[in-house]
Amino acid sequence: MQHVSPVREPLVTGGKTYHDITEDVCRQVEAKPNVRWAAALAVSLVGLAIFIYSVYRTLWFGIGEWGLNKTVGWAWDITNFVWWVGIGHAGTLISAVLLLFRQKWRSSINRAAEAMTIFAVICAAMFPVLHMGRPWLAYWVLPLPNTFGSLWVNFNSPLLWDVFAISTYFSVSLVFWYIGLIPDFATIRDRATGPIARRAYAILSMNWTGSAKAWSRYETVSLILAGVATPLVLSVHTIVSMDFATSVIPGWHTTIFPPYFVAGAIFSGFAMVLTLMIITRKTFKLEDYITMEHIESMNKVIITTGSIVGVAYTTEFFIAWYSGVEYEAYAFINRATGPYWWAYWSMMTCNVITPQLFWIRKIRRSVTATFIISIFVNIGMWFERFVIIVTSLHRDYLPSSWAMFSPSIIDIGVYVGTIGLFFTLFFLFCKFFPVVNMAEVKAILKSSSEVTHHHSPASGMHGTAKGSNTNTHHSNE
Amino acid sequence: MVVQSVLSATINYKLLKVFEFSRYNMQDRIKYWKGIEELENTPEFAKHAHNEFPEFLPLNESKSEGSSSGASVTNTKRRDFLKLLGFSVAAVSLASCEAPVRKAIPYLNKPVDLEPGVANWYASTYYSQGDYSSILIKTREGRPIKIEPNPTSTLTPLGTSPKTQASVLGVYDNNRLRTPLIKGKEAEWEQVDSQITSALNSVNGKVAFVSTTIISPSTKKLINEFGGRFGNFEHVVYDPYSVSALLNANGGVVPGYDFSKANIIVGINADFLGAWIASTPIAKQYIQNRKVSSDNREMSRHYQFETRLSMTGANADVRVPIRPSQEATFVAALYNSITGQGSNAPEGIDKKAFDAAVRDLRANRGRVLVVSGSNNPAVQTLVTAINQTLGAEGTTIDPASPYYVKQGNDAQMIRLIEEMNAGTVGAVFFYNANPAYDHPLAARVASGLKKVGLKVSFAERVDETAALVDFVTPDNNYLESWNDHEPKRGYLSLTQPALSPIFMTRQMQDSLLAWSGSNTTYYDYLRNNWRPLATGDFNTFWEQSVHDGVLENGASLLAVNTAVINPMSVGAALSAASSSSATSGVEAVIYEKSQIGPGNDINNPWLQETPDPISKATWGNYIAMPRSMAESDELKVVQGDIVRVTLANGTALELPALIQPGQASGTIAIALGYGRDLESMPVAKGLGANAYPLITVSDNALIYSVPVKIEKTDANSPIAQTQTHHTVMDRIVVQENTLAKYKEDPKDVTEYVRIATHDGPAKPATISMWDDYEYKDHHWGMVIDLNSCIGCGACTVSCNIENNIPVVGKAEVLNRREMHWMRIDRYYSSVEHKEGEYSKMEDPADNPAVIFQPMLCQHCNHAPCETVCPVAATMHSSEGINQMAYNRCVGTRYCANNCPYKVRRFNWFAYFDNEKFATQNYMMNSDLGQMVLNPDVVVRARGVMEKCSFCVQRVQLGKLEAKRERRRPKDGEIITACAQSCPTEAIIFGDMLDPESRISKVLVKEQGERAFHVLEEINTQPNVTYLTKIRNLA
Repeated sequence: MQHVSPVREPLVTGGKTYHDITEDVCRQVEAKPNVRWAAALAVSLVGLAIFIYSVYRTLWFGIGEWGLNKTVGWAWDITNFVWWVGIGHAGTLISAVLLLFRQKWRSSINRAAEAMTIFAVICAAMFPVLHMGRPWLAYWVLPLPNTFGSLWVNFNSPLLWDVFAISTYFSVSLVFWYIGLIPDFATIRDRATGPIARRAYAILSMNWTGSAKAWSRYETVSLILAGVATPLVLSVHTIVSMDFATSVIPGWHTTIFPPYFVAGAIFSGFAMVLTLMIITRKTFKLEDYITMEHIESMNKVIITTGSIVGVAYTTEFFIAWYSGVEYEAYAFINRATGPYWWAYWSMMTCNVITPQLFWIRKIRRSVTATFIISIFVNIGMWFERFVIIVTSLHRDYLPSSWAMFSPSIIDIGVYVGTIGLFFTLFFLFCKFFPVVNMAEVKAILKSSSEVTHHHSPASGMHGTAKGSNTNTHHSNE
Repeated sequence: MVVQSVLSATINYKLLKVFEFSRYNMQDRIKYWKGIEELENTPEFAKHAHNEFPEFLPLNESKSEGSSSGASVTNTKRRDFLKLLGFSVAAVSLASCEAPVRKAIPYLNKPVDLEPGVANWYASTYYSQGDYSSILIKTREGRPIKIEPNPTSTLTPLGTSPKTQASVLGVYDNNRLRTPLIKGKEAEWEQVDSQITSALNSVNGKVAFVSTTIISPSTKKLINEFGGRFGNFEHVVYDPYSVSALLNANGGVVPGYDFSKANIIVGINADFLGAWIASTPIAKQYIQNRKVSSDNREMSRHYQFETRLSMTGANADVRVPIRPSQEATFVAALYNSITGQGSNAPEGIDKKAFDAAVRDLRANRGRVLVVSGSNNPAVQTLVTAINQTLGAEGTTIDPASPYYVKQGNDAQMIRLIEEMNAGTVGAVFFYNANPAYDHPLAARVASGLKKVGLKVSFAERVDETAALVDFVTPDNNYLESWNDHEPKRGYLSLTQPALSPIFMTRQMQDSLLAWSGSNTTYYDYLRNNWRPLATGDFNTFWEQSVHDGVLENGASLLAVNTAVINPMSVGAALSAASSSSATSGVEAVIYEKSQIGPGNDINNPWLQETPDPISKATWGNYIAMPRSMAESDELKVVQGDIVRVTLANGTALELPALIQPGQASGTIAIALGYGRDLESMPVAKGLGANAYPLITVSDNALIYSVPVKIEKTDANSPIAQTQTHHTVMDRIVVQENTLAKYKEDPKDVTEYVRIATHDGPAKPATISMWDDYEYKDHHWGMVIDLNSCIGCGACTVSCNIENNIPVVGKAEVLNRREMHWMRIDRYYSSVEHKEGEYSKMEDPADNPAVIFQPMLCQHCNHAPCETVCPVAATMHSSEGINQMAYNRCVGTRYCANNCPYKVRRFNWFAYFDNEKFATQNYMMNSDLGQMVLNPDVVVRARGVMEKCSFCVQRVQLGKLEAKRERRRPKDGEIITACAQSCPTEAIIFGDMLDPESRISKVLVKEQGERAFHVLEEINTQPNVTYLTKIRNLA
């Protein structure tokens, strides 16, 4: 049924039909858990258990369980926080920005990317709460009317801006993701055989009917949410960067931070999407949907953003010298040559040098190479935040207070634990939710591949999607 | 507001404590009964007295009812069960929501002079192992909680030593004995008295009373009277850190040094600002001649020739490292140069510095002072001769008023130890003496004690000596005692009790009186002894003396035993000194840490956690060695590697190495006081190693330096330092300049950062995006004179006590989590380097210049911490204080990260009611220890940020008192704990809005001269101002 365009690379390969798409995507949801999935989930659950234990130690005994000290008040906690938030950015970028830019190739990866966003933000949100000395009072950072007297939050504090940024980001991402899931839930509902599954997916699909009106609203809401989410791609990490940029600490007090952080976030997010996608397409045999074109496109984003952060790193050094501020100059010399030089050079290697390999088409189109480099980028971006936070703090103004930071076992446990949490959520998502947006992939099946397509590009893929879904045989499949 | 509510909560809590307090001494005290049942002590009550809930729970009753009445049994049980279940669930869930309520119990009959919430002050005196302070004891609801200097005293009106500050805790030490002991078993005083009295009646052989230096005239008299009835009695005095040679060369007394009159001071291995002798009065004198202003541009010049880098050496203008074996030849050369018999610097000593010292000494005849800490009689004889030659007598040394703070005689003690071993001693008493630990012949003491019939120790706890004696008759803590003191001839002071004895202890003097068969108390004895001093009515005189704490009309009571003095002739000394040869191997010096002293206060966690002024190490001793030695091919150690030190006689100890800049090459230094292994000193247990066995006995004198062999071991033990980076990295966070430059132009000694603007360079504070705060009533500020700070750390200890700052223990200090609000940063100068050569900047010079900088919250007017707190838990007061609302803090630590001065401290754990900190931080973890807490300051919860508050509780109190009298607070009325305890007046606190205040005047005067703010360029606009240090370089 699929027609292959002589000019454009098809976005879905393998000669899929609408029904094939439904079958391929619903297979994992409907089939019995496969062994590889179960094994992966088991490993993740071990990670989750580590997380629970480490959090218990932190909450029960105090932050002293971590390796922090009088000089380095933040280390792995905020490093992990920024890292996870950054990872989340790719999901929003793919689903919102690429939607607005009508990048149709996004359709087959946006679902998983958005899920990744949600889970990454959940992991990220753990840290601002956990790192508090008294997390049971975390609600005090919300501007709630209260009976404590005239107590109000401090709107000058970047941490408060974080609270708003992260909570907005999370709620918008969640709604966006969920709206996108509704038609696919309906498909699963309609195919479900068991009563529990039918009932559950009925509730999840919010009684989606698939009527033209519903589709019209769906499209409108998607566009609106895309519009709302787009500025968030820029704002969230901008605000996160202000935690550092508005401070007085050399190495933190840097005006370049907002764009540099946003670029870094997209960079790390795409790397994480690649890591996950490569595993998912392999595990669930979705190579026809998540194609080499996807991988290559994302690799191009990585090389772009990787170069941007490379320029940012260099600019920081230049400004440190050019400003003539001795503290600033020392902070950067200390990064590169001080006791944490290994962290700095790990960051430089992973973030600036390795992505440059993607200039080579062969590497860019190699799944294995991409997977390895994506892991490098993930590591590099973690080190970037570690370098910014720890190497700036550990030697700031007064040499008398200079100190080293080394993580405790609990520090490591919380970090490894959030990875466990993330993958637990992700694997549950893979099993119970459609990992590829069936409705939208069906829409691009023709628009991207048919030679004799009559729709003008301006009407967009959603126009096509509606058209294709008028086919009664395939509605809601 | 916040402060007040916190106050009232803590006061309530502490009132409760007062009543708990009464549990400790039930016998002689008023007893509070729970109810009429307890008073009558019915059998019913006695049976259930130990149950928390003396009444029966209904469950049991219904059971017994049920069993008697057939059918209703099950019904009743089920219902009751459900009732109880419901009640328990409700109770448990309620209990889990609410913290238990701890009720405050008001006084039924209020003691007359005790006002809840209002402190009472008692003048008293602290003396321990040479460390003397006339003090005021602050008590709250009957509990001593703080020690301040007694301004009435002319010897120590300004501040106290760290040891004095921390001594308030001694009375609340759980490890003190609660009853006397007979052969290790608890006993009654009656038993002890009858057994000792009968033993004394049949004593065979010498009766010896061993003590460290006693400066109490009445006690000394009493001891002699007690001994009078025995045919063969000797009061043996020794000092763990002996100055026997100094006494020998000066007629049995420490010369009446007056450092304030000396233009040139030469110290030779004499840590006179540290632990050597009476550091507090000496520090006051020393600094008097070193304070400068544009009106007085003169200051003394201090040369220090020493082996280890001492706190005194760190303050010297010229410091020259010398090896211990060079000391004698050096002093001989100095003597020869002064007397004109040749002027060659001995080999291996910086000739330039030596010549400069000689030149200065000769040029300032009559205004010089040479002091030596050596215990070599030849050296001390020559030093005395040098002082005499230079006319120090009568000016910088007051012959009429020597110090009595050390009187120990090495030979006498050594002789007694031999006599004990020979079996000729029949009875021995130990008072403030622990020779089984703190004497190099400790093993001989232990073996000798086996041959002594009657052995009595007055130790407050089972120390090393008390563990070997038959009777331990615990002395009162000094806060529970009456006593008198004469630290310097003509300067009398009194100790008065600030509380009744907590345990069943008895003052040593009362014990002696009891064993002499006397009915008088020591209080009456003391009064009688003072009777001749009275002019006019004795009671009035006595009341006034007790009130003032001091009597300084020139009257003297103390008699010093000079019979044992055996002076040496200068000629003999000179030939002995000149002929001594330098050792080529490694030499060790054994010294006292200024906070730990000889180790008698080793169980005091405040002292343990106060960093050493120089090494900044806490919790234990170590082997200080120069870098050249550590890196030498034979040793190759890094800091923390354990090194074995062996004497020629085989004595050895193992301690971690600490790289100490300024340590003379080829030498090591080891501090005394550690290596304790007794249950009665849990705080010190297992810390460091005992260095007393390294002290050698030669010619009946204790020698504190010895040739040793050192070798590396495979083990490693990290040293808990509070500062691990030692150089200032060419930053202008701390400023210093030379006196020459200051004399030339006082406006040219301080570097001021200027910001480039369109209108030229501008003061950072003038460029601001925000409006400044407007201060209407007060604007509190602080000035810290770096020229006056000697780095002793009294402020740190004082702050810890005043503000209930937890002690966190060695492991947490190693984690860099000590909680000190006030710290003293110590910077060494770097090795020679080019500008921007960071790797070299990090290395301290081999003989570095040292500068101290007290660092505390700077109370910035544009505080980086205030803007970043998401919940506004830290904010600016209307009086310029940056304040913390602890109960609002959620603990993000953003404020601490953003503090450029890194003065904020986070409660990583709960430090109170926490088993993990029970030993080290017993002030917050035991009922007894908690009594030392300041009820005006809340104990911070886990997860909360804390920092210096400018002692806001004192500010509030001062303002309230002034308000009650309808006036403004007077300058000097409100003073922070750190400023009050500073023995050199380096810290001035006051209202910067009051143009007449001292601080305002200093600020006006020093503006543009020595006044600077740390990190002025980041425009934090601190309310703490520093004054540039001036060095009088030769």
